[in-house]
Amino acid sequence: MKFAHWLTGTVFGASMLLAGAPAHAVTIGFSQVGDEGDWRPAFSKDMQEEAKKEGIDLKFADAQGKEEEQLKAVRAFIAQKVDAIIIAPVVVTGWEQVLREAKRAGIPVFLADRDVDVTDKSLTVTRISADFSLEGKLAGAWLAQASKGSCNIVELQGTVGAAPAIERKKGFETIISNFPNMKIVKTQSGDFTTEGGKKVMEAFIKSTDNLKGICGVFAHNDNMQLGAIQAMKEAGLNPGKDFLMVSVDYVPAMKEELAKGEANASVELRSAIGKYIYPVVTNYLKDKKELPRWIVIPSDLHHAAAPND
Amino acid sequence: MNTQTPSPKPEQPATRLPSSGGAPAGRWLALIRHRLVWPLMALALVLIVDALISPGFFNVRIVQGRLFGNVIDIFYRAMPTAMVALGMAVVIGTKGIDLSVGSIIAICGAIIAWRMHQGDSHFVILLMALAAGLACGLWNGFLVSVLEIQPIIATLILMVSGRGIGLMVNLLYGGTNPSFTSPLLQGLSVGSLGLIPTRLIVGAVIFFLLWLLVRRTAFGLFLESVGGNAKSARLAGVNARFVLLSAYLISGFLAATAGVILTADTHTSDPVSVASNIELDAILAVVIGGGSLAGGRIFLDGTIIGVLVIQALTTSILTSGLPPEYNLVVKAVVVLIVLLLQSSNMRAAVVSVLVRRKA
Repeated sequence: MKFAHWLTGTVFGASMLLAGAPAHAVTIGFSQVGDEGDWRPAFSKDMQEEAKKEGIDLKFADAQGKEEEQLKAVRAFIAQKVDAIIIAPVVVTGWEQVLREAKRAGIPVFLADRDVDVTDKSLTVTRISADFSLEGKLAGAWLAQASKGSCNIVELQGTVGAAPAIERKKGFETIISNFPNMKIVKTQSGDFTTEGGKKVMEAFIKSTDNLKGICGVFAHNDNMQLGAIQAMKEAGLNPGKDFLMVSVDYVPAMKEELAKGEANASVELRSAIGKYIYPVVTNYLKDKKELPRWIVIPSDLHHAAAPND
Repeated sequence: MNTQTPSPKPEQPATRLPSSGGAPAGRWLALIRHRLVWPLMALALVLIVDALISPGFFNVRIVQGRLFGNVIDIFYRAMPTAMVALGMAVVIGTKGIDLSVGSIIAICGAIIAWRMHQGDSHFVILLMALAAGLACGLWNGFLVSVLEIQPIIATLILMVSGRGIGLMVNLLYGGTNPSFTSPLLQGLSVGSLGLIPTRLIVGAVIFFLLWLLVRRTAFGLFLESVGGNAKSARLAGVNARFVLLSAYLISGFLAATAGVILTADTHTSDPVSVASNIELDAILAVVIGGGSLAGGRIFLDGTIIGVLVIQALTTSILTSGLPPEYNLVVKAVVVLIVLLLQSSNMRAAVVSVLVRRKA
């Protein structure tokens, strides 16, 4: 009985969707993780502004970092019969059930940012996000070019076990492994913070006799790099001139450092990504064409004038 | 009362109050030697391992007009935690605990960055940050002493909300670029007077003033007596409420000084992650220094040694080149060893095993 009920509901819903889609504005439900850090609030704000621009009726739900809040929000979207759901998942697991409910209701689900772990890949249409590993590769490629493929590197890792830290490290190593004279000689975790980056760099400076023989510093984010720059300056070293400084994020403080020439390059982690996400969703609603599993949002590398010029 | 017990036992609080004195100076000296010998041994152990794994660990030279080297770094990096831990030692002495110190640091940092962006005088900003710390301490003290909420819960409230308050302060000026420069605050934090980093001097002054307060005034006695046995202290005429409130004020104020040092250190405010877990390091330092969570004793000198043990360990992990995945495990193992060394039961057990073998 129940199944038959669902079935008619789905058919009805689907036919309503097909009939109604061109007539009125697209309604999209977006379940955001929360508002931690600098990047995520900027991302949320952009999603809301971009929706207005595109004439999309956006239903925004902040899960406050809680999985159960997020599941509640997604179920509410299903009940409201939105045209599509975008989820920036709090966690990777535990999605099978609610995604099946969305599928039965005929609502396509898109992932932004993190991935989810489900056995039935057809439960989501695609994932649209930046590629942490690509960011690491871009940083590595820049450093390889700037050092002409010969560089002893110290690395400031992000929080141990965090996906961006793992992926950025992997991407960076993939590139520098092509250059026999490039290697990471020191690596430690600075926990993605300025404080952490500074502490670790202070220790590196002592254990390498003022960074003797070191040519480059790769930090998994700008905050740690900003701390490292301070530690180096306090030790009388010249970051950006005697050392190649590359990191990821492109935060406002890093822009200033690049302008001052104390840092050399930063890979931008975009927060204004609504313009990449919405067209994928609206095009899919129009033509239902199958999409690749992962659509990568391009990363930009910003750099100051090359130090040796 | 057995004042000659070689190591502190939690079951016997308030045994070492100066009031129980009348003991000759020689005996007191012996007592101090006993109390600090284990934490000092732990510190020595960490440093010896350092000397073995990284040659040149103890090199000290002069860079940019100040002393520079791993050993200096240990003192230098330990200062913020030391300030927090001294306040924690006072609070723990009253049988309390202050979990909110990290959050107080976050709030101070946010206020500093906010007022810097508003262009206030830097000296006024310094006073504002310290006042914010006192206000936080007043809040904690009010909950504990007036409303009589258990300290762990009372300070948990600010611990949980404090970093959020910091983020809200950030919003007051947009907060997208909370970095700033301030010759005054940076002078206090990363500057130096002669060859000595300024923050070491700030730390020494704080230690000395607090030592005077705790060891040379009746108020210090009241602190320990409230922690040892609040009821009898009250019956003896001690205003326990005022004493408790003061303890949290001291802790809030000292957390604020640490907040100034840490915020000026990185020239930026980062309420989410600044000084994360500093409350745990501070509590650990108090315990390594011979303090007991059961209250009744305040060991300022031991607490400083406890902080140095923790920082020496952190610095050596960073210089050792160990993969970062091991950081926390190594730290935990060393702390376990230190606490085992300090446990009188453990030592007694080892001795009895050795004696039995001989027999």
